[in-house]
Amino acid sequence: MSTAVNATPTARRTTPRGFALEPVFEGLCFAAATALLAALGGVLVSLAIGGWPALSRFGLSFVTGVTWDPNPDHETYGAAGPIVGTLITSAAALIMALPVAGGVAFFLVELCPTILRRPIGTAVELLAGIPSIVYGMWGLFVFAPFFATHVETPLMTWAPPGSIWETLFSGIPNGSGMLAASIILAIMILPFMAATLRELLNTVPTQVRESAYGLGATTAEVVLKVTLPYIRRGAIGAVMLGLGRALGETMAVTFIIGNSHAFPKGLFDSGSTIASTIANEFNEAGPLQSSALIALGLVLFVITFTVLALARLLLRSQVRA
Amino acid sequence: MPKLKVATKVATLVTALAMGVVPAAMAANISGAGATFPAPVYAKWAETYKAQTHNDLNYQAIGSGGGIKQINASTVDFGASDKPLKPDALAAGGLQQFPTVIGGVVPVMNLPGFQAGQIHMTGKLVSYIYQGTIKRWNDPAIQSWNKGLKLPNMPITVVHRSDGSGTSFLFTTYLSMSDPKWAAGPGGNDAVNWPVGLGGKGNDGVAAFVKQTPGSIGYVEYAYAKQNHMDYAVMMNKAGKWVSPTAANFAAAAANAKWSGAPGFYLLLLDQPGATAWPITGATFILMHKKQTDAQKGHDVLAFFDWAYKNGDAEAQGLDYVTLPLAVKNQVRKSWSTIVGPSGKPVYP
Repeated sequence: MSTAVNATPTARRTTPRGFALEPVFEGLCFAAATALLAALGGVLVSLAIGGWPALSRFGLSFVTGVTWDPNPDHETYGAAGPIVGTLITSAAALIMALPVAGGVAFFLVELCPTILRRPIGTAVELLAGIPSIVYGMWGLFVFAPFFATHVETPLMTWAPPGSIWETLFSGIPNGSGMLAASIILAIMILPFMAATLRELLNTVPTQVRESAYGLGATTAEVVLKVTLPYIRRGAIGAVMLGLGRALGETMAVTFIIGNSHAFPKGLFDSGSTIASTIANEFNEAGPLQSSALIALGLVLFVITFTVLALARLLLRSQVRA
Repeated sequence: MPKLKVATKVATLVTALAMGVVPAAMAANISGAGATFPAPVYAKWAETYKAQTHNDLNYQAIGSGGGIKQINASTVDFGASDKPLKPDALAAGGLQQFPTVIGGVVPVMNLPGFQAGQIHMTGKLVSYIYQGTIKRWNDPAIQSWNKGLKLPNMPITVVHRSDGSGTSFLFTTYLSMSDPKWAAGPGGNDAVNWPVGLGGKGNDGVAAFVKQTPGSIGYVEYAYAKQNHMDYAVMMNKAGKWVSPTAANFAAAAANAKWSGAPGFYLLLLDQPGATAWPITGATFILMHKKQTDAQKGHDVLAFFDWAYKNGDAEAQGLDYVTLPLAVKNQVRKSWSTIVGPSGKPVYP
């Protein structure tokens, strides 16, 4: 008769060694979770309280107005420029980074020779670890001159006068502006998305892929029609995290976006984002300006929250289907 | 044996605590916060002062706005601001201010084929450029002040500061003084609603943009223009003379200024009289409470600044700051008699 396994209810059970600590452990986990929720709630409440003076004074024109005037003699804060700048640069960065990240992930999992897999994978992860301010400085001192001479100036000289291309490519040809900032952002969120997508692709069971190959599918068909739908849930999560990072990115954008609060009219025009505005002006801000900046933070909070809610909505429809 | 274990643990704990407490009791410790412009020179002075007198100075460059907030909240011993507080703001906070070093703002440009000091500008011209009224370098207005030069037909790219700063305050206040349209529009402030142009972060951001963009114009602190060998403009001052941005001309602006007529040393060194005075000069200021709660602390702070006035000139000039003229320093020393301790007696000397 085995005494190792105590399965019968009539046998005497000795309590596990750590049994006394069980409630303590559960209590600690619960405390951690509630502390997190409390911190989130606290951030939201403090943003609302701090931003209330500006929001109550300007009302809806805070979100729709274009004039941002910090001079105490005639202060007006209209944040349409930074808000639109944030949305445009993040969306453009995501559109540019997502196909490349997907391509990198697929290459590493499906097509890459085994001997190269480790070095390239490590290189991608190292790129993800570079601090954003380094990207900003690289963008300003290395990328901007290159972008100016090889992309902006040729495009601006080529654009036929009076056409839509001229408006699209208008701006200052010095390598700064909305498009340059979007490209830097794309390079920044690319490694993270590529690494996450690669991890997700590795979770696809070999049987699923092998059976697709066995039925005669090409690599592209396996990737697009078999593995991608399989990891759709996680992929959307990775995309949303990348987008979240792009929305909040501060230093990389501040150096190269040109920091002008007006509406950008062309791709090479200067603009601003919410994060860059806050980073630039918070230090020397007077009381109403501080309040306006905190209200801007609240707007960014709302935007990120909306993006995440949309992501969850997308995922819910996937699960049902 | 357990008793010995406990005894050793207690002994190490007590020694550790004692080691932490004892050295702090020996030297004076003063703290300040505020403007970023003089931070390098305050740090250098603090280092030398500590080597000579073993007194610590802890200065945090959090910006002039932060410095003013901290001294009003009395969380630091002195605040530093690039912008002097008006007499009513000083009275409201019970504060006293005095200048320490001088800096200036230099318009810099990047025009291929032209060197430093070739282009001549007036305040009104710069104001029109920064409003976007003058869009090209060969505009007749600019050409009229530069008759001997053939200016190119390049568009002017305006570069300004994206963050709030004392440099912008000096520059925009000068533009307000030179052009009523600027005064009615953006006005003079740390941060304004710039009509045109792109913003660089900090003096280095502006310098980087100007250096990379042919046909651009910007404004930077004198130290940056000098250290980066940037092409500066020659400007017309109040006396109608063309002056270059040099240390001597900044000092001339400070020397000719009427400090004695300025209550609380509230004086903007813009457009000062004098044949060699540079028009866009400014001093940076220290703020202290008139009534010190700790007389020894007040004494230590003023002792530091007195030492800096006596011995810190060479180091300040080495970092491309301009030092106050001796007459102004003596005026400041006289004004310290109004900084009193709890007993009502001046804390220094």
